Amino acid sequence: MLSPLHKQLLNDYQQDLPLSATPYQDIAHSLGISEEDVLSVFKDLQDKQFIARIGSVISPNQVGVSSLMAMTIPSKQLHRVAEIVNQYPEVNHNYERENRFNLWFVLIAKDKTHLQSVIADIELQTGFNALYLPLLADYFINLGFEIEFDD
Amino acid sequence: MIDAIDRQLIELLQQGLPLVSRPYAVIGATLNLSENEVLQRLSVLKEMGVIKRLGVIVNHRRLGYKANAMVVFDIADSLVEQIGGHVSQFSFVNLCYQRPRQGEQWPYNLYCMIHGKNREKVLQQLAHLIESCGLRQYHHEVLFSKQCFKQRGALYQALPEQEKV
Repeated sequence: MLSPLHKQLLNDYQQDLPLSATPYQDIAHSLGISEEDVLSVFKDLQDKQFIARIGSVISPNQVGVSSLMAMTIPSKQLHRVAEIVNQYPEVNHNYERENRFNLWFVLIAKDKTHLQSVIADIELQTGFNALYLPLLADYFINLGFEIEFDD
Repeated sequence: MIDAIDRQLIELLQQGLPLVSRPYAVIGATLNLSENEVLQRLSVLKEMGVIKRLGVIVNHRRLGYKANAMVVFDIADSLVEQIGGHVSQFSFVNLCYQRPRQGEQWPYNLYCMIHGKNREKVLQQLAHLIESCGLRQYHHEVLFSKQCFKQRGALYQALPEQEKV
């Protein structure tokens, strides 16, 4: 059960915190509460894992190069292959999805040569080919994610 | 161009802004920068679009959004930009990207992500999206996530030591 203040802090500051020396105090001012309250509710939300973190989201390909990759893996071998893929520090996300292409992961490398060598190595180590699906255009306008609370 | 200090700053911010009264002073102390310099660099990085946003990153799963679908469409190339712009306007769409087709085995060029509390809700939202954006004529596939093998490695582990600084 989340308090109205918990919900407000979850919903209203996804896009941007005030970029000032005292962001939490600025939030407190705008809500008419104390900075201690803002800090303690954010801490509570983090402790309870409703917030992954307060931090930055970086545009794809602004720092290093990245690509989405997809593989078709027989279900009996999925865990083994996923473990091999996970061992690469360049692998950022790795998910099973319901599709003939059932293993999906994101690679991030310092440049294209590095990216290609990691792809070649993953294909060699796993014995499966991977679809190379780099980003061509980002159409997303982030307006924050409006949470519907159940209670 | 961003420099080595910007990269360090980004790496620290990826780990989270400290919950203290002067968080940028704390980050600055780690990097040997003044609070003011940290703020100036961040405002430039946001201006440049390197930092898309700096705020609360919610844990969708913990908030009850347990269904996550990646939806891929095969859209006419001449329309993909316009349709991508339209699709991204819907509040339940979390990401919207164009990616290259890979021949007949994977002919899709537009990707979007929909988070929902359950599968039915995601499918309802998708039906609404298809109807509103006039996408019925385009072939699509829905890929629900099943299990997560890895959520996120450190973003810059991939960078060589001298660039991590």
